[in-house]
Amino acid sequence: MMRRIFAIAGAELRIALRNRWILIATSLMVLFSLALTFAGAAPTGALGVDLLTVSVASMTTLSVYLVPLLALLMSFDAIAGEVERGALALVLTYPVSRGELLLGKLVSHLVVLSLAVFLGFGIAGLAAWLAGGVGGESLAALLRLCWSAVVLGASFLAIGYALSATARSSSAAAGLAIGVWILFVVLYDLGLLGALVYDGGGFFTRKLFPLLLAANPADAFRIFNLSGAGKVALASGLAGATNGLPGWAVLLSMFGWPPAVLALARLALKRVEP
Amino acid sequence: MAAAAEGRDDMLDVRNVVKRQGPRETVKDVSLSLRAGERMALLGHNGAGKTTLIRMILGLTRIDGGSISVFGNRPGDGKARRITSYLPESVVFHKSLSGREQLVLFARLAGQPVDGCMPLLERVGLAEAAHRRVGTYSKGMRQRLGLAQVLLGRPRLALLDEPTSGLDPISRHDFYGIVDDMAAQGTAVLVSSHALTELEARTDRIAILRTGRLVAMDSLENLRRRAGLPIRIRVKAAEGHAAEVAGALGGNRMNGCRVELSCLADQKMARLKAITALGDAVADVDLVPPSLEDLYRYYAAGEAGS
Ligand SMILES: Nc1ncnc2c1ncn2[C@@H]1O[C@H](COP(=O)(O)OP(=O)(O)OP(=O)(O)O)[C@@H](O)[C@H]1O
Ligand SMILES: [Mg+2]
Repeated sequence: MMRRIFAIAGAELRIALRNRWILIATSLMVLFSLALTFAGAAPTGALGVDLLTVSVASMTTLSVYLVPLLALLMSFDAIAGEVERGALALVLTYPVSRGELLLGKLVSHLVVLSLAVFLGFGIAGLAAWLAGGVGGESLAALLRLCWSAVVLGASFLAIGYALSATARSSSAAAGLAIGVWILFVVLYDLGLLGALVYDGGGFFTRKLFPLLLAANPADAFRIFNLSGAGKVALASGLAGATNGLPGWAVLLSMFGWPPAVLALARLALKRVEP
Repeated sequence: MAAAAEGRDDMLDVRNVVKRQGPRETVKDVSLSLRAGERMALLGHNGAGKTTLIRMILGLTRIDGGSISVFGNRPGDGKARRITSYLPESVVFHKSLSGREQLVLFARLAGQPVDGCMPLLERVGLAEAAHRRVGTYSKGMRQRLGLAQVLLGRPRLALLDEPTSGLDPISRHDFYGIVDDMAAQGTAVLVSSHALTELEARTDRIAILRTGRLVAMDSLENLRRRAGLPIRIRVKAAEGHAAEVAGALGGNRMNGCRVELSCLADQKMARLKAITALGDAVADVDLVPPSLEDLYRYYAAGEAGS
């Protein structure tokens, strides 16, 4: 089973390398992270935190948009495209299960994403260190940002596979992917904000809002990196916004989404007639 | 041996299979079986249901009635997939992988040794192009790569959907050579095709589908006999004897010196005797048995009287 998963992952990685996906994703992350790190050089003095701390805060905000986008772009075509080309039919006449196929693709896409995230944020960290703005705490925050961004990516990769297995065509899957991206990273927060204003500090604001916020994997990622006691929270100004939110809720959302949606994608894939 | 007695030595056993697509039945009550080492051609006009039947045998699409057994396994089962190989109608590989990389991936999925890949690529004539990307291949080269993956791990059942479309005459010849080798090693081969002439000498049995129904399945000789199509006899008269020959034999006078006759198989010898009796008035005789094209037209166009 592992052999087959790795065979698929290996081929997919080669393809990602050849059609420049790795290059594009990585340079995008490097570029944005470097830009944010140096743009963040200004307010450090005022807040009394180091350069990397500020840059982690802005890179978190960036990741909330960019990582789901990259993940969806990589995954939306994974199944619908193969069905359209007729490639899935041929592969499925081999003794490989649909689950193995899905896992193989997931492994390769996670490798691409990790490469982009660790290189991108790593180079930003290196730049901050060269500029003398790195401390133990901010380094820990950077590391936390890196791996949690990969976990965030896993959620949206899984969502992409589920869409790809449900959509009738590759272009329909692309449309759905864009819709999902807008829904999760833009509309969801706007909706909650609207409800907050309407509620005016009632039950919804105190009890429901924090849980609903954490339920969205993108927001859970943001909370995980920006709130809490750390200095990053200070730099981001998010401290206090999520008081009353149990710590497990954020972790459950972050780690619950990928396997849950992957299981859904597997179910949808089962019904695909190649 | 009990299994053999029940007829389960068949590599493939299709019984009363039905497929519905939307409101229409696209495969109707089809039964056929293939033994190890047997080559069967599957003929039928566009939309007759050839691809649908093959996809059902592979377990890629659901069966709506009847049953299929691949050497005792359900279609699409792990075991069935291990012993079956498939060449799709239009071969699609990832264009940024090289031919060898694509074949290595299939070998890994099939659990076959990877070092068998280069010899296979050589066998289908792709050794030169093995390290080039599939995106740069011609249609025939992609078809050859498709054939290479069919040969992986010596399948016991090979299902080839229009394998020679896009191949030049020499490649077609090579292709049927490979099919013969496979059959000689005990692989049961089902080939769907429109290229009738090339199948004549290359298959043991011929199955003809018409709008989803199996209208004929037999060896070429038996199909010929059953159809009872006339044999054409072309007689060339010697200089100045055309009128005499046409008068004696009947038939159509084609041009200055040719007369064309037709007769059924059992009258053939009698007709030939009559021709030779004319002595020197006849310069030459050609016998043209009904071709596969004629047979195909007869069975597929519904002249079989069903
Ligand atoms: N996915 C599908 N949905 C609906 N109808 C289908 C589908 N696939 C095939 N059909 C129908 O089933 C019938 C048989 O199609 P099939 O592809 O098996 O024909 P074929 O014999 O392989 O034809 P060709 O020689 O053109 O390849 C056709 O009438 C076709 O329209
Ligand atoms: Mg077809």
